[in-house]
Amino acid sequence: MTAAALPRTEIDRRPAFGGFSLTYLGLEIRRVLRNRRSLFFILVMPAVFFLLFGLPQKGQNIDQANSAAAIAYIMISLAVYGAMTASTATGGAVAVERAQGWSRQLRLTPLRPPAYVATKVLSALSLSLLSVVVEFVVGSIGGVRMPAHVWLLAGLGAWLGSLVFAALGLFVGYLAPAENVMQFMGPILALLALFGGLFVPLEVLPHVMQTIAKFTPVYGVGSIARSPLTHDFQWVAVLNVVLWTAGFGLGAALLFRRDTARV
Amino acid sequence: MRTDTLAASEITGTRTPAVLLRGLTKKFGSVTAVNQLDLRIEQGEVVAFLGPNGAGKTTTIDMMLGLGRPTEGSVEVYGLTPTEAINRGKIAAVMQTGGLLKDVSVAEIVRMTASFFAHTRPVAEVLERAGIADIADRRVAKCSGGQQQRLRFALALLPDPDLMVLDEPTTGMDVEGRRDFWNAIRADAQAGRTVLFATHYLEEADAYADRIVLIRKGQVVADGTASEVKALAAGRQVRATLPGADEVRLAALPGVDRAEVRGETVLLHTNDSDGVARYLLNQTSARDLEITSRNLEDAFLALTSGEDTDLEGISR
Repeated sequence: MTAAALPRTEIDRRPAFGGFSLTYLGLEIRRVLRNRRSLFFILVMPAVFFLLFGLPQKGQNIDQANSAAAIAYIMISLAVYGAMTASTATGGAVAVERAQGWSRQLRLTPLRPPAYVATKVLSALSLSLLSVVVEFVVGSIGGVRMPAHVWLLAGLGAWLGSLVFAALGLFVGYLAPAENVMQFMGPILALLALFGGLFVPLEVLPHVMQTIAKFTPVYGVGSIARSPLTHDFQWVAVLNVVLWTAGFGLGAALLFRRDTARV
Repeated sequence: MRTDTLAASEITGTRTPAVLLRGLTKKFGSVTAVNQLDLRIEQGEVVAFLGPNGAGKTTTIDMMLGLGRPTEGSVEVYGLTPTEAINRGKIAAVMQTGGLLKDVSVAEIVRMTASFFAHTRPVAEVLERAGIADIADRRVAKCSGGQQQRLRFALALLPDPDLMVLDEPTTGMDVEGRRDFWNAIRADAQAGRTVLFATHYLEEADAYADRIVLIRKGQVVADGTASEVKALAAGRQVRATLPGADEVRLAALPGVDRAEVRGETVLLHTNDSDGVARYLLNQTSARDLEITSRNLEDAFLALTSGEDTDLEGISR
């Protein structure tokens, strides 16, 4: 018996994977890429920062103690910055969609909330990957030279580390429905990036601030992403990333449950 | 395809109601929005949920769609829970406002929504049926209120639902937009889809529904076919003081469809008020004669404003 011969009421219209599909993921990514404002923050700004602050350091080492090229250090830091902005913005878009009533509309479809969140996370990871690649291409053209394994490991660190910020974005997104979530997240991200040592090396900050910085969420990712270059891998950085991801993820999950249980 | 299905379910003999609400109650704190509401909607009916703002229409619809959980009572949609019915594409809804992404095109949001279902009608087809094929590439943010509403309708058409629920779908639309929208719904309902729409526009209920369910304070106060309601609304009421009136005799008068005696007062509902008045004044000792007309608007107001009314006759 073919499907067409069945009474229409017998057709099971429940989709596999809770409604997750590449169609939806693809459209989500296109939405972000079409938004000039997002594109500027995710792709253009980190590249421009590299040209402004990275290129003038060409030919210099990080400091006397470390012979790694300063320009590479700056490129990796800015790749982390681009990836974190991309991830936070994508996760935070949940707030906009809740404000527009899209989340409610989704409840009239078979799409399951976990599939929605998974799409947001994958979309965040796709865009942060793009951001890292663009920054690395600009860096390479600008004269950054590193061994292949450093490119790969630093890139992976910046990219996968952005999961922390996808979780942060979701956390903020489920905190309150707001159309303008990124307007207040932008300055917060910049501040976090500063404490994470993405704009200036932490060593130039006062000692107290250096200590505080080690407990902030960007520090771990920045440190891990640069470690293939600087050869100072620290387990405490991994702990930092794991704890913040768990913290934001748990917070997002609790708020998410509150949101989907709301009747 | 739809007719095949109807035939198939007729063969099995039992037809599950499209909607079955039993003792449905929803309380928000101390406010009871829906109060012990019972309603059965058969497959293929086009039903208007008519009532003033705050009558509990949206709250009831939310519970039918699984967006709200009843405080008491139960909801069945084609014998399923609302969530199951949505998962199987048996019920779809056009909500009043919101629910659309602004930064995508009309075609994109339809494609996106289609991806959430395992089986849907083709995107081009639902755009065509909702009358928005010509604006498929327009950004949702740039669509007029009427176009956005037809887009919501297109999204609801995707799973080819057996039951389409529309919550005040034409609020804020101009006359032309409203007409175009209802034409699209009407054309669609002719194919046999069950339609339930909430409205506080009397003329919409009158023009587009086969059955009108009047609700007030979260309860069904009248329920009948549109023609029943209209028949009831037509005609006049003659009221007089007549001690010792013979109710049976009065009810048998030509043109009187209902007679009621309350103490010394008689109430006669008739389509021949002149004849009834003549009879009362000439043949009986009636006095204080009063003739009032009652149109659909009056019936609606009387039923929904909480005044005591003598229209219980059409309650099922």
